[in-house]
Amino acid sequence: MMSAVRTIEDLDLDAIRAQFPILQREVHPGVPLVYLDSAATSQKPQRVIDSLSHFLETHNANIHRGIHVLAEEATQEYEAARSKVARLLGAASASEIVFTRNATEAINLVVATWGRAHLRPGDRVLLTEMEHHANLVPWYMLADEIGFSLDFVPVTDDGQLDQGAYQRLLEKQPKMVAFSQMSNVLGTINPVEEMTRRAHDAGALVLVDAAQSVPHMPVDVVALDVDFLAFSGHKMCGPTGIGALYARRDLLESMPPYMGGGEMIKRVGLGTFVPNDVPHKFEAGTPAIAEAVALGEAVDFLSEIGLDRVFAHDQAMISYAMERLEEVPGVRMLGPNPSQRGGVAAFTFDGLHPHDVAQILDGRGIAVRAGHHCAMPLHERYKIPATTRASFYLYSTPGEVDALIEGLYQVKETFG
Amino acid sequence: MDDLYREQIIDRYKNPRMRGKLDPHDYSYQDDNPLCGDRIRVDLRLAEDGRVSEAAFSGEGCAISQASADLLTEAVVGKSLDEIKALDKQDVLDLLGIELGPVRLKCALLSLKVIKAGVYGVDELEEDLA
Repeated sequence: MMSAVRTIEDLDLDAIRAQFPILQREVHPGVPLVYLDSAATSQKPQRVIDSLSHFLETHNANIHRGIHVLAEEATQEYEAARSKVARLLGAASASEIVFTRNATEAINLVVATWGRAHLRPGDRVLLTEMEHHANLVPWYMLADEIGFSLDFVPVTDDGQLDQGAYQRLLEKQPKMVAFSQMSNVLGTINPVEEMTRRAHDAGALVLVDAAQSVPHMPVDVVALDVDFLAFSGHKMCGPTGIGALYARRDLLESMPPYMGGGEMIKRVGLGTFVPNDVPHKFEAGTPAIAEAVALGEAVDFLSEIGLDRVFAHDQAMISYAMERLEEVPGVRMLGPNPSQRGGVAAFTFDGLHPHDVAQILDGRGIAVRAGHHCAMPLHERYKIPATTRASFYLYSTPGEVDALIEGLYQVKETFG
Repeated sequence: MDDLYREQIIDRYKNPRMRGKLDPHDYSYQDDNPLCGDRIRVDLRLAEDGRVSEAAFSGEGCAISQASADLLTEAVVGKSLDEIKALDKQDVLDLLGIELGPVRLKCALLSLKVIKAGVYGVDELEEDLA
């Protein structure tokens, strides 16, 4: 049976878990949920769920246009959420935050606007082998169209970016370096500040895919000095359908618009238009207003707890998880040691297919991810078709790791 | 719990009866499901009456995909090509003896897709499985 919930790294796990209604449910009769798939999407606390319905019940209107009380309230709430995101990231101004559907759309926005305006045949863009497909395919698509070249920073056997190779690839003078702050498979936390400094020295701009980092650790765009940073709300206790792009104001000003439509324009004539000011220039059409407001609530929730404490908890969880996983014969962990990673544990198990592992775990109420986690090149790098991945968040408990380990022993017994 | 892993499926996965390759063969086809990494090849030999005289499968993947390939390869021995073309999703589920959700259904049906593609041509196949 699952051991009692413990308090680690200062987080009162009972109190935190009590705020997440879904964690109270059973997934099969008498079988409680053990949710170890937060890297795919996080669960939502009651106050975020309430924030969504509260907005729809009391303030709902379209934003930026109507001259009535509801429209003003809705606009205020939406823009307040933007300011919360800006504060969370340490951005100089809320106008540097563009709301998008998710990190994927934020990256696509940069590729389609900055990329199309600045990349020419013969140019280079530097990516890495550990990227999620969201930070690969948009670049591939534009490279096919324009004819610029792509390079990839290789990953070492222990799951780090090869910094020597990075330096050599920078000598090819890429115009853009795009990499993740934290790998969604290896858990590796990349040295963003150092890599950005070196990229800037080489004359490149930097885009950081922060989908796995912003929800789990303090991220300060000014300290990191990055040019673009993308993340999703749904991995940080917010709803789906809302994410954001941070971009330096001067870059946003100089970039052409993304989608055309309402809100992104100042004026439209027959055959002409003048784009709106930033960030509105990049937010065509009615956005996910209630979701943005609820993301603001999620930012408050995480900020009140403290992302440094969330990160400390993740690290305590991954240390414990790796210690326990390594006890299980046949388990092979991917990625670096716990001090260099976040709360993601991907592993192979005895040659068994991860679908079989995940399915048996599901029978015990344990939700893990099985597959390539949208990082096929990384799996090819390690010559494995797929992995099983357990991932942790502020509501994860050591008892849930114990349940995972017991589940893996059952997998072994079933296929033994 | 774990109804998917009935004894038969585990047994077929661990001790397949039909695993191997046939060389020469009359029909051979291979396909994969890149999303999960399942890969299956099926080889068929026909007797003079046009019925399958020998069959074998090879590949790798989850227990459902491999057990399904083993059962289906065994089941097509003695069948005519028209009878193979008439096989459908339910036949595979009947062989496996389980119900499957949409995600795992793809694993179970990969071998059917491969066998039918081998005897049928891929274009018509998409229509048939739709």
